[in-house]
Amino acid sequence: MTQSEFLNMVMPFKDKVFRFSKRLLVSTEEAEDATQELFLKLWKNREKISSYKNVEAFAMTMTKNYCFDRLKSKQASNLSLVHSNYKETGTSLDKKTNLNDSVSIVHQLIAKLPEQQRMIIQLRDVEQYEYEEIGEMLDLKQTAVRVALSRARKTIKQQLIKQHNYGIK
Amino acid sequence: MESNRIDQLLVKYLDAETTLKEEALLQDYFQNSNVAPHLEEYRALFGYFAESKTERYTKAIQLNTEQKNLKWLSVAASVVLLFSVYTGYQNNQERKEAQIAFKSTQKAFQLLSKNMNKGTAAMAYLGAYETTTNKIFKQPVK
Repeated sequence: MTQSEFLNMVMPFKDKVFRFSKRLLVSTEEAEDATQELFLKLWKNREKISSYKNVEAFAMTMTKNYCFDRLKSKQASNLSLVHSNYKETGTSLDKKTNLNDSVSIVHQLIAKLPEQQRMIIQLRDVEQYEYEEIGEMLDLKQTAVRVALSRARKTIKQQLIKQHNYGIK
Repeated sequence: MESNRIDQLLVKYLDAETTLKEEALLQDYFQNSNVAPHLEEYRALFGYFAESKTERYTKAIQLNTEQKNLKWLSVAASVVLLFSVYTGYQNNQERKEAQIAFKSTQKAFQLLSKNMNKGTAAMAYLGAYETTTNKIFKQPVK
């Protein structure tokens, strides 16, 4: 496989990998590093890749594992990325969300979800994967994916209603 | 679209039973400006999803080529460093040898000149001896 063939194959999902790792690692820079690292890994394993039926799902699984490793090593070295006090600056999305309060509230609510629910809601509602694909990526049964997704959606909805009522009072 | 249908879809949505197509319908509905007031919370949620989708990885993906170059560069640099250290050492050694040789020749010349001075001092006596003999013995008249 040549470099350009490889890039043609992976380009369609590079943004998805980036957004997925950002959802897990929070920081844009960390997510950029993770994305770069991940594609390097894929490139090194290019001989194996061709035997996979669904390269994209395989890449997403690798992304998840890589991000979990990063998070673990951060905790181990006591340099944990504290989600609550980490402020994002300079990305276009955050500038936009600052303008739009309610959207940034959703952003915060999703960041507070358990990791698994956060991953599933990202993969389903942002990246629009089928339940079957999400199950393959996260090594879960479809029913488990649905249960977690339903929980995540309901939690966010309830929190939003709470915030909304609080705003009215 | 009727808000009745949307309500139904939202119930399914919360139970994670909607298909991707139905979720796309919901997405479309909430992107519109005419959202029923009791569904206002969902607008933020779907607005967030829509915005999240626009985020891009803008950097170029770099495969191993650059790292390889760096590796070779460092090998080359270390070779150059070793070579220069080696030649520098060699030069230094040569200079030291030259200095030693210079010192020993200097010593030799000093020895020579010392002995030479002794010799000339002895010659001075010889000169005095000659004048006295001249005084004693009459010089043949020319």
